[in-house]
Amino acid sequence: MSMSQKPLVCIVCPRGCRMTLTLPDGGAPAPEEIRVAGNGCPRGADYARQEMTAPRRVLTSTVRLTGAALTRLPVKTSRAVPKERLHDLIRLLDGLEAAAPVRIGDVLVKDALGTGAAIVATRDVEAENGTDA
Amino acid sequence: MESLCRPPLPLPPLKDIVYDVAIIGAGITGCAAAFELSRTTARVALLDRDSDVAAGATRANSGIVHAGYDPLPGTRMARCNVEGNALLHQYAGELNLPFRPTGSLVLALSQEELSTLRTLYARGLQNGVPGLRLLSAEEARAREPALTPEVRGALYAPTAGVIGPWETALAFAETAVVNGADFLPCCEVTGIRRAEGPGGEKALFVLTTGRGTVCARRVVNAAGARADQVNDLLAPPRLHIRPNRGQYYLLDRTQGGTVGMVIFQCPTAAGKGVLVAPTAHGNLIVGPDAQDIADPDDTATTAAGLAFVAAQARRSVPALSLRDSIRNFAGVRAVCGEEDFILEESAACPGLITLGGIKSPGLTSAPAIARECVELLKRSGLALPPRAGFRLCPRPVRFRDLSPEGRAAAVRRNPLYGRVVCRCETITEGEIADAVRSPIPARSVDGVKRRAGTGMGRCQGGFCSPRVAAVLAREWGVPLTAVEQDRPGSFLLTGRTREPAEEEGGR
Amino acid sequence: MSRYDNTPSLPTLHADLAVVGGGPAGLAAALAARRAGAGRVLILERDAAAGGILNQCIHNGFGLHYFREELTGPEYAGRFLRMAEADEGIEIKTDTMVLEIAALPTEAGTRVMVQAVNPADGCFQVEAGAAVLAMGCRERTRGAIAIPGTRPAGVYTAGCAQRYINIEGVMPGRRAVILGSGDIGLIMARRLTLEGAEVLACVELMPYSGGLQRNITQCLEDFGIPLYLSHTIVDIRGRERVEQVVIAAVDEHRRPVPGTERVLDCDTVLLSVGLIPENELSRGAGVAIDPRTNGPLVDESMQTSLPGVFACGNVVHVHDLVDFVTMESGRAGRAAARFLAGGPAGGQTEEAAVPLEAGGNVAYTVPQRVHPGRLDKTCEVFFRVNRVMEDAEIVVSAGDTALLKKARPHMAPGEMERLLLPASLFAGAAGGLRITARPKEAAAGKEGAR
Repeated sequence: MSMSQKPLVCIVCPRGCRMTLTLPDGGAPAPEEIRVAGNGCPRGADYARQEMTAPRRVLTSTVRLTGAALTRLPVKTSRAVPKERLHDLIRLLDGLEAAAPVRIGDVLVKDALGTGAAIVATRDVEAENGTDA
Repeated sequence: MESLCRPPLPLPPLKDIVYDVAIIGAGITGCAAAFELSRTTARVALLDRDSDVAAGATRANSGIVHAGYDPLPGTRMARCNVEGNALLHQYAGELNLPFRPTGSLVLALSQEELSTLRTLYARGLQNGVPGLRLLSAEEARAREPALTPEVRGALYAPTAGVIGPWETALAFAETAVVNGADFLPCCEVTGIRRAEGPGGEKALFVLTTGRGTVCARRVVNAAGARADQVNDLLAPPRLHIRPNRGQYYLLDRTQGGTVGMVIFQCPTAAGKGVLVAPTAHGNLIVGPDAQDIADPDDTATTAAGLAFVAAQARRSVPALSLRDSIRNFAGVRAVCGEEDFILEESAACPGLITLGGIKSPGLTSAPAIARECVELLKRSGLALPPRAGFRLCPRPVRFRDLSPEGRAAAVRRNPLYGRVVCRCETITEGEIADAVRSPIPARSVDGVKRRAGTGMGRCQGGFCSPRVAAVLAREWGVPLTAVEQDRPGSFLLTGRTREPAEEEGGR
Repeated sequence: MSRYDNTPSLPTLHADLAVVGGGPAGLAAALAARRAGAGRVLILERDAAAGGILNQCIHNGFGLHYFREELTGPEYAGRFLRMAEADEGIEIKTDTMVLEIAALPTEAGTRVMVQAVNPADGCFQVEAGAAVLAMGCRERTRGAIAIPGTRPAGVYTAGCAQRYINIEGVMPGRRAVILGSGDIGLIMARRLTLEGAEVLACVELMPYSGGLQRNITQCLEDFGIPLYLSHTIVDIRGRERVEQVVIAAVDEHRRPVPGTERVLDCDTVLLSVGLIPENELSRGAGVAIDPRTNGPLVDESMQTSLPGVFACGNVVHVHDLVDFVTMESGRAGRAAARFLAGGPAGGQTEEAAVPLEAGGNVAYTVPQRVHPGRLDKTCEVFFRVNRVMEDAEIVVSAGDTALLKKARPHMAPGEMERLLLPASLFAGAAGGLRITARPKEAAAGKEGAR
């Protein structure tokens, strides 16, 4: 089987290692078929294989918030979710509403759309009648 | 486009009364006319198609109080300039206007231009400009070390200065309003006809606007770059406006001391030259160029125009730091076929007073033009006895200009003065709320800017405009999405972020 | 010198350390100062909540260096806020704007006077033994880069749009073009897209992006948003609201190339064209400013030209990563505590500092000067290069002698560099040290690149 090379910048951490991937031509490779060079740590190789086979992202957005001066509560998925599910997940967030007080890590949805990721709050918000964010 | 629920900011309904005078155009000329008329018992309506006063040339010009050596002796322009200069010095104190009596220099950058200076000097003497002096190159550079070494001499005019144009217009218009005049925003005049009044009164003017009709015994045309169009609604063509656009750089306040005076270049066949001047707000202004344009609303800047301004300005002040620019803008001058201002009652249409062709020095001349306007109205047969109890409506004192003790007292009076919203200019929430509650309330983010000074600084509202918008929404009782940047329709926002009810296709 | 001194008529609060700004820099400095023994620390924050710009940076990617985990902005700020709240020696006054700062030398050290205002306390002043400046930075605007055209609604800095969307829950537009590929611009491209808006293009004047690669991948490429390098906006059109922009390619002198114009129909322009440290208060206090960073000149302890006045975070130089802000601010806080205790930085004996210079291909260094005698083992140095270089090396030299070389596979202006220089390096360098960077070809044939 013929192989080809592909450059990929690691996005696991801000170092941004410039990696070179060697992978078989012709469509969806299996993770173990991908060779990774130039990664500074094992997480880079894992990321590269994941990115080439089933890319995942952490989704961050906001949901409606009541009972506080702040009207939007920032949230995230508790872990990376398949990239192609981002659109469905953001629509799930459209319908969510949280009520203050909220603490970082409070779970709004346990298992979002079967991805295994929870939707969690990312900001502490006191219940109050202040004036601004 | 999505269908957004945007309740418009409330406008007071038009009154079913007969005004003595309807002034069309709330630029500096119209506002000054309303101001002068409000000293009399006249019932005045001040109409503008925009949502605020000073929305046209008045908010986009050099902000110079000219001394008066430019206009040809014997012209209305010469008389109004010199008289207006003196009046603005007086009003600046009475109305608490941002004003600095900086003086000005006209530079000669060649031997030939030295003779132009002598011409201007002689003209100034004839026009009655006080204190003019011809300076040597050394004297000029001693006063203004940033000047080019190429300077050959200069004409010094101590009575020139710089002023906040829109604050001046606001002070005039708000004084008129507190003395009984009605400011009618969003009232573009689309038709004018003569009619009989309700009680059989003769020769009324009926103005058709987008918000209904306004009846008046006299009409003052102060429509600036649209004065010809307004005139033609009623009378035979009288003036032909050729809109002329000028572009500017506005520099950060750190550059405001680059020069101490208004630095003009000699007028040449190519134009009046580009000036470099401190502004009344402490910035440095550089411009304008001069370009004939077709559309009087075309206030776009262009790369070529700005490059021209930069190159010309550096002829006067080579070390100009244009990297400290915080804003570019352009204004449109109402240049007209005649050199002089047109201040007259229409022969063809008695009762129509034209204040037309008000280009530079229109800002300086406005107070004198306004007095002339009152005289013209009197001559037209309108009785204008003085109003008892006339009072001035000065601009508010800025929080940042108060002493520490004054600031402390202000916050004790109203805690909103303790919350600084515009951090570049140190403008408080209390001042923003005041701008919305003033006699002519701010209706937009830029309306607040013109009144309170928010967003005038180096971040140009990047930090404070969301907060100003929030105060506007609260004070007017409308959602944030209804807030406009400036003129009607200039909405800041296109809606809320995703909501569950929204359909995918509806966005 | 400062215009402001002391206004006895104002109520005066007393603190050991006054911290101006409650963002990540101010919080980290305050906490570090407390851990190093400072008594009462007062943080003055102008927003209604401390945490700074992190509160609106709801995306993740923060904390990888400092916490070794990936946090969102509010989570990162939350960790410091909780620590500050738990510390009885730290008071945070929010909704509080500092109007003036003055640092007055006294026999005992320094007396810092800070005049401030808020709705609850009114006008007041703070008298402290030292101050940390942590006011952050602001965004460059349209006026700073002179984009021609009309001036309709719909032109926003990226951070302004971020506040609208993430804090207020409102949309600044539906069809956007982003000028500048700084990180905030990239982040906002994704944010707008997720909120259902369309991002037509990200337009970058330089031939390379100013943002982190991870953001180009996750914010542009994930959503198929084109990045036009060596392009700019040459015209903005529209009367009430933006209706169109015209973009064009630029030549190597960054001038638009005639004939390459393309019209994009959009209602919004977001500007991500650079950040400027916010130093109006510093200037007012008489702090010396480095024209290259637009921030205070600082030494190894982040002390400014005024003894007892320290500065850290984006007010000193614009950082890419909040993690580095935290580290730098910790240094400032610890030094402020030492100063308050009359320690090395607070001693009255003036010890000579040596310059740390930005040499070839290096835009600036922080610190700009170093007191070798006050170093503890190492000196943390941040700097940026001014061009993109592959297979580059960093050279630290004294005079003509190269003392230290470090290989870097890739360097770019958008990525801040961090070096830990051994204190011993400064021992014999009375004339100071210079940091240069050079690409492979210039270094070719030389040994010891690694």
